[in-house]
Amino acid sequence: MRNIKYLITGALFGIVLVKSEVVSWFRIQEMFRFQAFHMYGIIGSAIIVGLISIQIIKRFKIKTIDGEDIVIPEKKFHWGNIYGGLIFGLGWAITGACPGPLFAQVGGGFLIVAVTLVSAIAGTWTYGLIREKLHH
Amino acid sequence: MEFITQPWPWYVSGTLIGMVIPALLLSGNKAFGISSTLRHICAICIPANIAFFKHDWKSQTWNLFFAIGIILGGFIAVHFLGGQHPVAINPQTTTILKQQGVKDFNGLLPKDIFSFQQLLSLRGFIFIVVGGFLVGFGTRYAGGCTSGHSIMGIASLQWPSLAATCCFMAGGILTTWFILPYLLKL
Repeated sequence: MRNIKYLITGALFGIVLVKSEVVSWFRIQEMFRFQAFHMYGIIGSAIIVGLISIQIIKRFKIKTIDGEDIVIPEKKFHWGNIYGGLIFGLGWAITGACPGPLFAQVGGGFLIVAVTLVSAIAGTWTYGLIREKLHH
Repeated sequence: MEFITQPWPWYVSGTLIGMVIPALLLSGNKAFGISSTLRHICAICIPANIAFFKHDWKSQTWNLFFAIGIILGGFIAVHFLGGQHPVAINPQTTTILKQQGVKDFNGLLPKDIFSFQQLLSLRGFIFIVVGGFLVGFGTRYAGGCTSGHSIMGIASLQWPSLAATCCFMAGGILTTWFILPYLLKL
């Protein structure tokens, strides 16, 4: 039952993804063609709100509701950030959706996107399969 | 209610998305990110003795609940909050897309590309299946997606996330400008 709070947070996030039109293929097209500020505004303001929140949490040493210290995992650079990033960018421009919106689109009744989601899972699986052979 | 059923402006949406970060940190020390769920699903459904899927996904079940929540949220937004409607994109984008062969502008996604009827055409297969594969492969290779790197990673001042985000954008821009025109014509 302790996972219910994540289900609710996810649902609120999913609602925002749809209501902001982030889930729209057209909005992603507009973004990559530099023809609207919309997506840049959303991602930019989300970063700023997140950054300020994290700074407040660190400055005042705020703990979780269970009293734990908050720890943010460190991301170490590897070449996958570059190669994988470019491959994801290619896929993002085609599907018009990153993983969050894929889930939201399926929930929104675009059942064809379930095929895209299964294919994305297959992509992750293939990465796991050939991981050792890839340059990181 | 009018405000809720209209599309939400970027600053409302961005602020709410940004607030997911402290919500997850405060409620249980969880770092915002979605693409990892795909890895957990692989580990649960088809681990196939692959080392990469022998990770401790059981300690990450929150991520799966979060993803199920997104599906529910998508359902609620479309069915009860007026989420499905033509998207008011820049008319210049509409003009270019029409020239390149997109016909349906009545919803969040163009139905002449994303539908079961199109799945077996070459164009539909590329947009629906190949695109999805690249998203799943690329995000895991990159170690995160728009949420984990571009929002959570940059907000926590991690430069590898900034590098990854620049590559997401570069890949997407190059594809949109130089590859999509050919794919849309198929």
